Amino acid sequence: MRIALLSDIHANTEALTACLRHAGEHGAQRFAFLGDFVGYGADPGGVVDIVIRYAAEGAVALKGNHDQAVEKSAGYFNEAALAAIEWARQTLSDEQKRFLASLPLVARDGTVCYVHASAASPERWDYIDSPSAAKRCAEAAKSLYTFCGHVHDQLLYFEDANGRMCEFRPTPGTPIPVRSRRRWVAIVGSVGQPRDRNPAAAYTLFDRGREQLTFYRVPYDAMVAADRIRKCGLPESLACRVELGI
Amino acid sequence: MRERLQPGATIDGFRLGECLHKGGTGYIFSVTAPPERDPGFPMVMKAPALGPGEPTIGIDSFEIEQMIVPILTGPSVPRFVAAGDLTATPYIVMERIDGEGLEKIIAQAPLPPGEVARVGSALADAVHSVHTQQVIHLDLKPENVMLRPNGDAVLLDFGFARHARYPDLLAESKDFAAGSAAYVSPEQLQNDRSDPRSDLFALGVLLFELATGTQPFGEPQTYAGMRDRLWREPLPPCALNERVPPWLQEIILRCLEPVAAARYQSAAQIAFDLRHPEQVTLSERAGRTEGAGFFPQFARWWQSRRDRHALGRRQNIAIRAPVIMVAVDTEHPDDERHPSLQLATRQLVALNPEFRLMCVSVVRAAPLGEGPADADTASGKHLEHKTRLRHWVEPLKLPSSRLSLLVVEAANATATLLDLARANHVDLIVLGAPGPTERALAWWRSVASSVTANAPCSVYVVRVPEGPVESRPD
Repeated sequence: MRIALLSDIHANTEALTACLRHAGEHGAQRFAFLGDFVGYGADPGGVVDIVIRYAAEGAVALKGNHDQAVEKSAGYFNEAALAAIEWARQTLSDEQKRFLASLPLVARDGTVCYVHASAASPERWDYIDSPSAAKRCAEAAKSLYTFCGHVHDQLLYFEDANGRMCEFRPTPGTPIPVRSRRRWVAIVGSVGQPRDRNPAAAYTLFDRGREQLTFYRVPYDAMVAADRIRKCGLPESLACRVELGI
Repeated sequence: MRERLQPGATIDGFRLGECLHKGGTGYIFSVTAPPERDPGFPMVMKAPALGPGEPTIGIDSFEIEQMIVPILTGPSVPRFVAAGDLTATPYIVMERIDGEGLEKIIAQAPLPPGEVARVGSALADAVHSVHTQQVIHLDLKPENVMLRPNGDAVLLDFGFARHARYPDLLAESKDFAAGSAAYVSPEQLQNDRSDPRSDLFALGVLLFELATGTQPFGEPQTYAGMRDRLWREPLPPCALNERVPPWLQEIILRCLEPVAAARYQSAAQIAFDLRHPEQVTLSERAGRTEGAGFFPQFARWWQSRRDRHALGRRQNIAIRAPVIMVAVDTEHPDDERHPSLQLATRQLVALNPEFRLMCVSVVRAAPLGEGPADADTASGKHLEHKTRLRHWVEPLKLPSSRLSLLVVEAANATATLLDLARANHVDLIVLGAPGPTERALAWWRSVASSVTANAPCSVYVVRVPEGPVESRPD
């Protein structure tokens, strides 16, 4: 069973479509959308519609902090992010907004836990930015595999013989054996707004039977996504980020 | 409940035979499989010792082995058959290697230099094969090496190994970063498990043992004792066995340099030198006859303290130390292609600071009935072509330690070049495109095309740029 893990799509339909096609070609049978479907990008409605369609067929869909900001106030967002949230509020239909509001923060499936930020107090939107943060997350998740987004760079944390968490930066496209005798926390990468100076969309494929995790980078036409951001009057900085992957 | 590991038991269809080894970390049984799963070669099952009181490192090592063994290919590693679930019935079934253990061979040391070179080059081939597959062994020692009846070396036990693109499960377990006391490299002692040159250090210890019958740093029992090798110069092998020739001493001591950058940069280069003793460039190491005195040793110790930080800074796991083979036609020294070939070689060498360049000339075998003149005899002809080869490469001003010149007499240039490329782990072949005379032939009949089609590595085909085409009036 191969599960595609997609997070931080940020209203980028072009990137999402490219990742879904790639995952389909690589045998994905299940899908988990780990939140932040809106914000930053031009097409919140398009992305939410795709997620609604997949969720109706059994896909996991979780709420991210940007999705929550559509219904609640978002005091801690910067100006560009606020402009994009405002754009999402204007363009999303009531049905789409109801869908976002109904999403859970955490989902579990046997040995796997899905969450947008950290399984330790998911509502606080803490970043997993260190081995100790990953350790807190794994302990709260109480599962062997925890898959998260929120941080946009792909990263894998694993527990060593002494129970300490170690950090590993994966090479895209290499299947990594992730055996079930230790705990793993994977940051699956951002589909719609990567920030490592590589504009290619990021997502991860989990092969449950083989216990393998493959981090992928999928090239797509980021210029089109950036142009759409400009055309709908959102700040230029958001277009640049998508175009350059910064 | 786990099936008991004992002869006669069946685990996942594999029937356990004789127990071949029972050690601190686990068991090795010979096994047979039902006909439909039989891979057609003898097998063993390796299983960790589990239970209360057993160290977790055993199962961690086993997990690493299960990650790495299935993806390795080639004759230098046992073929993988099956693996059992780590949390229920951990085991690996793999090829049983019939042959001689390196332990047995080392028990007969000191061996004659030719034997050291034969065993050592097979070992270097195996290490190179694993390195090209992105894996560092990190625990090379006599118990972990077998020699097949055909002379190929096989590396066993990848429980401490590291794959460049997998998480290092032992990275943070500092107590276990080091392999075995006698063979562990200076980098491993400093918790760096990412340097393939660590295996070259261990290879140096094995060569030292084969040549002298003693271990260069003994088998220290303490961590402080192991750290001596960060600066201590080992006794020169010839002080322990006077039959060790300078070329072999040079190779061994170069492998044992405390700073990885001063060692060979790839196992392929060690294999090459062991196979071509006459091409080994001798340095001061070759001439040592006794251990360094107090002051030089003190200076090395002081230097090692200053270098310590530099050692930790290296990150890149794959070292670019390519073997480049250029085919030079010394039978036609005036051919218009030579300048282009020289230029291409100069550029390639400039791109790869740790290169090794092999200049090869394949000449037609000397005709029967040698003439009276020196140049007509086989050895005279050989010498003549070697001189031309040296003349060809001279303008590149390369240090002799990076260069080897080879004149081979053979009728079939293509087959000879391909054999040399395979035997010497060549990473890139450089040769000329078909010249004006050969262009009349079909492209696929040229040496360049058949080498390109069958080479084990990349091929750089160099052509003289075409001048502007003249338009002719009808």
